[in-house]
Amino acid sequence: MNHLLRSLAPISDDGWKMLDDEARQRLAPALAARRLVDFSGPHGWEYSATNLGRTAPLASAPCEGVAGLRRQVLPLVEVRADFELALAELRDADRGADDADLETLDRAAHQIAVAENIAVFHGWHGALTGIGEASPHDPIPLGPKPDDYPRPVAAAVELLLHNGISGPYGLALGGEHYQQVAQTAEHGGYPLLEHLQKILDGPIVWAPGVAGAVVISLRGGDFRIESGQDLSIGYASHDAEAVRLYLEESFSFHVATPEAAVALTA
Amino acid sequence: MGFDQYHEPPEELTAATRTFARLCASLTEEAEAIGWYEQRIAVESDPEAVEVMRDAQGEEFKHFSMDLEFLLRRAPAWREIAQGILFQPGDIVEHGEEAEAETFEGNGADGEGGYPSGSLGIGSLRGARR
Repeated sequence: MNHLLRSLAPISDDGWKMLDDEARQRLAPALAARRLVDFSGPHGWEYSATNLGRTAPLASAPCEGVAGLRRQVLPLVEVRADFELALAELRDADRGADDADLETLDRAAHQIAVAENIAVFHGWHGALTGIGEASPHDPIPLGPKPDDYPRPVAAAVELLLHNGISGPYGLALGGEHYQQVAQTAEHGGYPLLEHLQKILDGPIVWAPGVAGAVVISLRGGDFRIESGQDLSIGYASHDAEAVRLYLEESFSFHVATPEAAVALTA
Repeated sequence: MGFDQYHEPPEELTAATRTFARLCASLTEEAEAIGWYEQRIAVESDPEAVEVMRDAQGEEFKHFSMDLEFLLRRAPAWREIAQGILFQPGDIVEHGEEAEAETFEGNGADGEGGYPSGSLGIGSLRGARR
């Protein structure tokens, strides 16, 4: 048994499989950052920091005749979303019910995906620097209507090319903007989604939690999530009525090439 | 060989799975080449030719290792089992059995999930369909 303490939960093997499958189904579409940036790991729950290869000076040395430096690392953060499930629902699922109420799990999955997206694209104050924060480029306004989006997206691609950042490129679109783009056909009926994909030569990703949008190079080596414990469901406690579980992960996010992305503001 | 590395219709596979299959095919080819050079070197009497083939075999060692590392990075369960077997002194079969048991321990009765450390095994979604 590891730190997730799953075997202490009053949940059958089939019940755990149902919960894991449900979590995967809810998480995968919403984890936008993992579709666009490099991903390293998982390196395990014990893994605590990302090597940056840099040092900081120390004010003093242990004795005369030597010099010292302190290694700089990027600590991993832990993110956790708690949820509670009724034991009666799990028992019914064991009996074969295929409509178990897992809404609390669904909400927790969505929230932790949103947290990862926000941390990567916008940053986490005091913990991680996000893509938008790190980018030296001035944000480009998206414009009021989806019809206007090809112009700022093309401008962002041109800006990246001008800075020597090759493609293909991806576009992370906040939930509302994504829906608008998916619904929109330009004059002549050509789907806006396909027009934008042609400009980017890459994917457009639904990114719940992202404000506006981000155009990012997919050439690799510019942005990296380093995973300690990848997303997992753990056990907290239970009583006669309910079991309290949580979704959790540990990760760091490192920006190696800040100029390889451009933020588009709503 | 055309598209022989795909066992299922390629259009039904994600880009990530197609990449995984390509690297599996590449790993197999590198292993075959290592074996072929081993045989050629064993029967060659010209020392200079042996030297050239040893150098070529070294390239295949490198290619095989790079393919393997790529695949292990994409397959957490494979990586965890490999960590229990590779570069360990002692009984290989014993290490294999132990590594397998530790990796999938509780996959059934303990409810530790189908991936190492009970994780959901999501990892990178580069190239994944929505």
